[in-house]
Amino acid sequence: MKHTLAVLVENKPGVLTHISGLISRRAFNIESIAAGYTEEPDTTRITIVVEGDEIEQEQVVNQLSKLIDVIKISDLTAVESIQRELALIKVKASAATRSDIINIVEIFRASIVDVNRETMVIELSGDETKIDALCQVLEDDHGIIEIARTGKIALSRGPIPAKDQ
Amino acid sequence: MFESEGVLRHCIGILCTQLYIYSGRKKVRVTDLIITGAEAIIESLKNENVDVVFGYPGGAVLTLYDALYQADFRHILTKHEQGAVHAADGYARATGKVGVVIATSGPGATNLVTGIATAYMDSIPLVAITGQVSVPLIGRDSFQEADIRGITTPITKHNYLVKKVEDLPGALKEAFYIARTGRPGPVVVDIAKDVFADSFDYQYPIEVKLRGYLPVYAGKSKMIDKVFAEMRLAQKPLIFVGGGVNLSDSSEDLKVLIEQSGFPVISTLMGLGCIPNDHPQFLGMVGMHGTYAANMATTECDLLIGIGVRFDDRVTGLLSEFAAKAKIVHFDIDPAEINKNVLAHLRVVGDIRWSIPALSQQVKNVSGEITEQVRPWLEKVRDWHREKPLTYEQGPDHIMPQEVVEKVSQLTQGDAVIVTDVGQHQMWVAQFYGFKNPRSLLTSGGLGTMGYGLPAAIGAQCGLPDRMVILFVGDGGVMMNCQELAVAAEYNFPVKVLIFNNQCLGMVAQWQRMFYGGRYSQTSLKGSTTDFVKLAEAMGVAGLRVTKPEELEIVLEQALAIPGPVVVDIRIPEVLDVLPMVPAGACLDQMMMGGVEG
Repeated sequence: MKHTLAVLVENKPGVLTHISGLISRRAFNIESIAAGYTEEPDTTRITIVVEGDEIEQEQVVNQLSKLIDVIKISDLTAVESIQRELALIKVKASAATRSDIINIVEIFRASIVDVNRETMVIELSGDETKIDALCQVLEDDHGIIEIARTGKIALSRGPIPAKDQ
Repeated sequence: MFESEGVLRHCIGILCTQLYIYSGRKKVRVTDLIITGAEAIIESLKNENVDVVFGYPGGAVLTLYDALYQADFRHILTKHEQGAVHAADGYARATGKVGVVIATSGPGATNLVTGIATAYMDSIPLVAITGQVSVPLIGRDSFQEADIRGITTPITKHNYLVKKVEDLPGALKEAFYIARTGRPGPVVVDIAKDVFADSFDYQYPIEVKLRGYLPVYAGKSKMIDKVFAEMRLAQKPLIFVGGGVNLSDSSEDLKVLIEQSGFPVISTLMGLGCIPNDHPQFLGMVGMHGTYAANMATTECDLLIGIGVRFDDRVTGLLSEFAAKAKIVHFDIDPAEINKNVLAHLRVVGDIRWSIPALSQQVKNVSGEITEQVRPWLEKVRDWHREKPLTYEQGPDHIMPQEVVEKVSQLTQGDAVIVTDVGQHQMWVAQFYGFKNPRSLLTSGGLGTMGYGLPAAIGAQCGLPDRMVILFVGDGGVMMNCQELAVAAEYNFPVKVLIFNNQCLGMVAQWQRMFYGGRYSQTSLKGSTTDFVKLAEAMGVAGLRVTKPEELEIVLEQALAIPGPVVVDIRIPEVLDVLPMVPAGACLDQMMMGGVEG
């Protein structure tokens, strides 16, 4: 089972090294990891998607909690949450195929952020399955040149922030 | 930013009380103390009540050593940085205080790595201060630059790189606090060279506030109730103690619980000493080289109460069969230890200084009842222990290592601080020394570091000058850090170094004999040209040799009576196995026994 963890950490150099080092050392099965600033300048929020059973998930949380710079971990799988990922997809696009790609982009409510004579870059945010679906269609019909995905970020629904959960 | 401004602001300096006037209960600073980073380190170490540091100077720490020139605590100059870090570790294990080691950048720092990893695996409080190249040179592959923070990340409880002198007092305060609280462990503070020389307004923080580090003391008392309920039901209970009991100095509390409950007790290697070996409920060490009774009791018990243990693979054998008939209770300060290796039916997370007395509080009311209930079981396991004790064959022509350990045990009445290296001798000491006191076995249990013993013994002797410190070491391991013999001589640390000289790397050879068809690949030391007596004498240490069993006692007595350090080269047979032995990955009840049928 997949668990989405919101990990609040001190915004200091070396914190990501500590976290990624721990993950690799303990051989935890991490699907994605995404970090960024938060509403508090001294706090960074890292969203980690863990694949594993309850025991493994518990070990990930307990081991990460031991890191001095980890302030709080909340499991967003256990609560109602909004989960999003951003993808940039560079797809082959000639004059002849452009309109079909534009159609696909509209169906997925994605947007086109760059066009040239041979390619287009498409931006899409959504859950993992939606991005996978768009990638599948584009790959099959037109051919993808490269993809950049951010990994999942997530927020709980309702007024309570992760730091107070 | 290494630390949020708020934390530093929160901290009010306490350097010299005469510099402060008191306004109510709050100290208000009236005078600035402008000192250099190097002087600030000396002041901070004084504030942490450090009475000795182990180290080795070098380019990046020149300014720090200049400040040390006038420090009023001791600096022990070892011969190698690895010696310094193991000595700091031995000091910490023996005294319970934080060990401090200093090394320069690059190779100085990387020479600490094995020692830091050793301390990390055994949860030993250590602060390692390393010099780093100057801030402008960091990241440029400068002379003697190594990313020691990156290198030590997986083997430290926490680490710092200090690039601004203002961050120095906070980093040191936090380093000591983190090293000694909760589950102890090593902390590295890497300091850029220019920070040592920069001057600033020094204030040492009074307290530490870390949002992400709140070590637990008391846990959930409801869990204690549940454990108590299981204890009342159990017919075949077993208490299983580990290094956590020694680290938390909880052996007195443990004895109370053991005597109230009447439960038999087994120990890990790291737990030895926290209950006297001759205690009637004690069955000895469990695991790969554990006693028959301890391993059988683990296999047969219906309730296993693990206290300060981490269910290491050398203890459990085949995990799926480990204590398979038992409900498992796990007491630990570190929540990440629960369910890491063995699934616990009940967990008590918290400091065992809290949990053991809390449990005793309940057990004492039914002490007679449960003692009576488990009496048949206790008799049964004690019978096992009587029927199949640890034994060895005594030969008339050669000295048996087990006999040496027993003799030393008798001569010291189990009262010495025993240090070991790693290998066969380590297991023989664990099996045959009659430990009486907590913190009396200093050994690299987790990492299994050869070369640990000699410097650790020096550190222990430095911390406990009035105690007899005895090192058991093999002829392989002693050579890994034999340069430190000179330190024992120069500082007159009167450690007794007993070399079990079997002219081979005994434990590896034992495995080669058992599992590799007797192909002794690179484990014979027969070609060794080293004369340990002369080696000792060359370093300024007394050297003795004993080859005949009838001379053993006299030579040991002589060695223990020498006021200074002494090396005894004890010739033992080459082909000997540590037994009993549970082969790696087998069930605990599948022991190869050997020895003499008792």
